[in-house]
Amino acid sequence: MNKARWIGLALLAAAPLAGMGDYPLHLIILCLLWAFVYTGWAVMGRLGMVSLGHGAFLGVGAYVVVMGWNHFHISPWLGLPLALAATAALAFLIGYPCFRFKIVGHYFALVTLALSEVVRLIIIALRDYTGGSLGVTPKTALAKASWSLSAMQFSSKLVWFYVILMVWLAGLWIWTRVDRSMSRLALEAISQEEDAAASIGMSVTRLKLGVTMVSALMTCVGGVLYAQYQLYVNPESVSGIGISLQMVFGAIAGGMFVRLGPTVGAVFTLLLAEGLRLTIGHDIHGLDATIYGLMLVLFIIFMPKGILGAAIEAYEKRRRAPRVAPA
Amino acid sequence: MLRLENVSAGYGSFQALFDVSLEVNGGESVAVIGPNGAGKTTLLRVISKLLPASAGTVSMEGWPLNDVPAHQVIARGIAQVPENRRLFPKLTVEENLKMGGFLAAARARYAERLEFVYSLFPRMKERRAQAAGTLSGGEQQMCAIGRALMSGPKLLLLDEPSAGLAPVVVQAIFGLIRRICAEGYTVLIVEQNIRQVLKVVDRAYLLETGRIKTSGAAATLLASDEIRKAYLGL
Repeated sequence: MNKARWIGLALLAAAPLAGMGDYPLHLIILCLLWAFVYTGWAVMGRLGMVSLGHGAFLGVGAYVVVMGWNHFHISPWLGLPLALAATAALAFLIGYPCFRFKIVGHYFALVTLALSEVVRLIIIALRDYTGGSLGVTPKTALAKASWSLSAMQFSSKLVWFYVILMVWLAGLWIWTRVDRSMSRLALEAISQEEDAAASIGMSVTRLKLGVTMVSALMTCVGGVLYAQYQLYVNPESVSGIGISLQMVFGAIAGGMFVRLGPTVGAVFTLLLAEGLRLTIGHDIHGLDATIYGLMLVLFIIFMPKGILGAAIEAYEKRRRAPRVAPA
Repeated sequence: MLRLENVSAGYGSFQALFDVSLEVNGGESVAVIGPNGAGKTTLLRVISKLLPASAGTVSMEGWPLNDVPAHQVIARGIAQVPENRRLFPKLTVEENLKMGGFLAAARARYAERLEFVYSLFPRMKERRAQAAGTLSGGEQQMCAIGRALMSGPKLLLLDEPSAGLAPVVVQAIFGLIRRICAEGYTVLIVEQNIRQVLKVVDRAYLLETGRIKTSGAAATLLASDEIRKAYLGL
């Protein structure tokens, strides 16, 4: 199993060198990027903290860096820690009161839902700086060269592929670290019996806040990378309800309780989105969101462990089941 | 060790405890007995800081617990076995026990205490990989007591250990509690199964409609007319 994992990774890393076209490579990069973001969401989502507001962190990541670069000429490398700090502050602002006053379940989801909309509306309201709903392009540093390290701009998709591959691997590593930590067990305990958890010395607020921070900061990094890779962001694509729900959908569809679940979810969502785009186009406004919503409901009812989670479960069941002799 | 002085508490405008004072000394086992709705669980919730006292003080080894948040009460040496066990149903027995030793100070002695809990409850060792939610009622009670012992408490609070258990299991659980007392733990039990609990503890307080009505040695109370008539139906 371990061997298969390394071979798979080597194949993935070598794939672009085989000379695939730009479009397939672009799709792979987006898959890995969203896989990282969904993994970040699942870090807290799987522990009973379902956030419908992660678009806020994505938007803060993307816009802080682009605004810093366009208006203050701050390199994205400096913009990144600024964006992380802003995200941490925002996550604290929303998380602390929620956890302190035991806002859980649906109520927590509703609070976070508002958060992502607030960020989207702020971006639109500051249209003089942000370009409003038309979006914004980071000032190009690629006029004379094909890449600029200080501006974090690379015209080569190959560079982005390897950068984002590393980030995705780091995301899986963080997921594993959280999974094996005492905090994960503690948070599962908290999501099952909150008072009992407090009585054995678990600081519910602090533990929840810690995982929320990890999750929010990962999402923020995803936003930064998205903006720098696409070299264009608009409020709809990085904040607001739409993208927030897409994260929830991706993580749940793929399976948020297994490490590669969100990644499978990202592949699935992207194929679905591209498939819809190619077959139906953009003619029917809102159709994609409707289909996502419908499928999310179906997944939650029929496949709550997601595609990968259900597949693993079926495999284990078959392996464990005694062989029935043919009659 | 534990001392409550004139404690009052309630929920919203409803007052559940009036001027309750009681004391538990080191090495002692004490029960708070009384009928349904007397305020017994409220009393334990106040001690474990899940409910703030509206008046009076709770102190542990001379230190007031007024400003201590719920999750730090255990660091003062008070571990609770909540009513209806409140195990983490999807975690395994061993994970539940592990969580009982969640405090940084307790983690160092995890292996040793786990061994102790397993020696006390061999059944838990057999079931250690099983989800706690699938245990029988009596086993769940053992697991909950084990979880509380994992922090190495000075004082063990037991909330209605007999609740929801079959009579024969209740006998067994009280037998276990007697053994825990014999191990030298200081224990405070809240219980409505008065006849059983008075056979286990040294002293008891009778709580009625939020007030301490009487108190004394368990044997004396068991023999007193008041208790016999009102609670034992003799």
